[in-house]
Amino acid sequence: MAAIPGRPLLELDNLSTHYVSAQGTRVVRAVDEVSLRVHAGETVGIVGESGSGKSTLALSILRVLPTAAQIVSGHMWFEGEDLVQKSDAEMRHVRGKRIAMILQDPMASLNPLFTIGNQVAEPIRVHEGVGRSKAWERARNLLKAVRIPSPETRVTQYPHEMSGGMRQRIVGAIGISCEPRLLIADEPTTSLDLTIQAQYLNLLRELQREHGLALIFITHNLGIVAKMCDQLVVMYAGRVVESGPVSRIFNTPAHPYTKALLNSIPRMSDTRQRLTAIDGQPPDLSSLPRGCSFAARCPSAFDRCRKETPPEFNLDGGRTARCWLASVAMQSGAA
Amino acid sequence: MSTTTQRVALSPRPRSRSSVARLGDLPIIPLTILAIITFAAIFADVLAPHNPEVGSLTARFHPPFWQAGGNTDHWLGTDQLGRDVLSRLIFGARVSMVVGFTAVIFAGAIGTVLGILAGYLGGWVDQVIMRLTDAWLALPGLTFAIFLAAIVGPSMWNIVIILGAVYWTRYARVVRGEVLSLKEREFVRLAVVAGCSKWTIMRRHILPNVVNSAIVLATLMLGVVIVTEASLSFLGVGVPPPQPAWGLMLSDGKQGLMVGYWWLTVLPGCCIMLMVLSANLLGDWLRVKLDPQLRQL
Repeated sequence: MAAIPGRPLLELDNLSTHYVSAQGTRVVRAVDEVSLRVHAGETVGIVGESGSGKSTLALSILRVLPTAAQIVSGHMWFEGEDLVQKSDAEMRHVRGKRIAMILQDPMASLNPLFTIGNQVAEPIRVHEGVGRSKAWERARNLLKAVRIPSPETRVTQYPHEMSGGMRQRIVGAIGISCEPRLLIADEPTTSLDLTIQAQYLNLLRELQREHGLALIFITHNLGIVAKMCDQLVVMYAGRVVESGPVSRIFNTPAHPYTKALLNSIPRMSDTRQRLTAIDGQPPDLSSLPRGCSFAARCPSAFDRCRKETPPEFNLDGGRTARCWLASVAMQSGAA
Repeated sequence: MSTTTQRVALSPRPRSRSSVARLGDLPIIPLTILAIITFAAIFADVLAPHNPEVGSLTARFHPPFWQAGGNTDHWLGTDQLGRDVLSRLIFGARVSMVVGFTAVIFAGAIGTVLGILAGYLGGWVDQVIMRLTDAWLALPGLTFAIFLAAIVGPSMWNIVIILGAVYWTRYARVVRGEVLSLKEREFVRLAVVAGCSKWTIMRRHILPNVVNSAIVLATLMLGVVIVTEASLSFLGVGVPPPQPAWGLMLSDGKQGLMVGYWWLTVLPGCCIMLMVLSANLLGDWLRVKLDPQLRQL
């Protein structure tokens, strides 16, 4: 299905996913009114602390949430269709075929009992119903595409015979096996060492260029974001606090949280003895304070921040920020 | 003392593991024993020197040939009705093989399927299946089997069904536990995000990963099942009397034990023991063979 020109490939519109406790007494707003756009061929980085709702957002897009969680409101427009309205059976044809996902842990992502070829061929057989030999032929080509040496012998081997980097590339091959339009990578490099990380990121970029993939890249490594992404979405306490092109956000962050995140990257030239950290803890998502959820930790918070929740302000250059300061800056800039 | 610790510390791999692996490569003894029993079971009609169900009252309690009073017409002696013990052992192998293997497979199939459904689907399916399992396990196995046997009446195939119906719960428990941990594994989640349906995941990702545990359990259960079959026959609700079953032979021979007719109980007892032991050893080897990671050791 071709993308509709001018419209984003994926557009989340005020999406909220909540976890509800068994008694229904506690509601955790893991993803709260998130709006974002992903255009074809673009890389969007999602950053945020642990528990900021990044992974839940990814699971929401594929609708593979745990039973306690559910999408309570919003829409997800993907190639002109609303994924929220789709039935489970329809969603199965989206998963793996049109939107693929790479999970965090490459060591555990492969079934230890099946050969590599079998597993790379599986989504092809599930989604396209092609025969075994044809699917295996494609599996060999995919392994070649992800730079696995001697794919002819590798397809008949088992996961334990591969190194961690190889396994992660194989998981990448499974991800692109049905030529999806969108690939979601949830911290795909956290368990790899640095040289392998760099190789893998290069590979992902090449695959993206060759296949015209859109990529959603979930990470807490801002260095990777700078290297990989076109757009950046910063999440805090389940909300998007700032979004926009990477270079603009890195140069002039609009939200104090983004500023604090960027300041906490250690630099080689830094002579300070201690690392900069953001004071305090993220709020409890089941009982969010009134006003801005970052206010308690924010160095430049003022009265309004503690009383009213800031809406999403559209700034210049396709940026958004949920901060009263941004609205002040916008007004003074316009005046 | 210090030298011992040093040697243990220096040895590249724990001893027990390497010896298991070596044993795993050549399960010749258990395979041979099982092959002999299977061979005897299949060709019982040809091999047995006498009719196992017909004896002559004039030839009762002959001892095995090497004892005084024994003869080579009845290699392993005769029982209280003058029936040839060797022939009865050979035909008894048939009963034990058929009952043991089919009952284990039957119980394993029911238990594995229900265990996978309970573990993977969770929710009310899990509740229903596991409460049923709990209730089932609360009943003592042998008593329950006797109860069922009394209802449906004694016959070999009824015994198979009864044993399957009594012992599936153990598989269900073990398999469900395994599935609960498997479904949180990353490769199952990957299959979910790759668009596989629940049934595809259960069939392709869950089942092959629990088969190992089911087989290991089956080898243990084979012993239990054979012993239970023997017990049922011993108690008179198993395989009906003229048919030769090892348990029945034990039962019939038990009075003779007090007056020196040892062969009537010791020989079928040895057969049961050898078969159970071989099944366990073979199962251990299979477990290693079925795991691609252990296979290479």
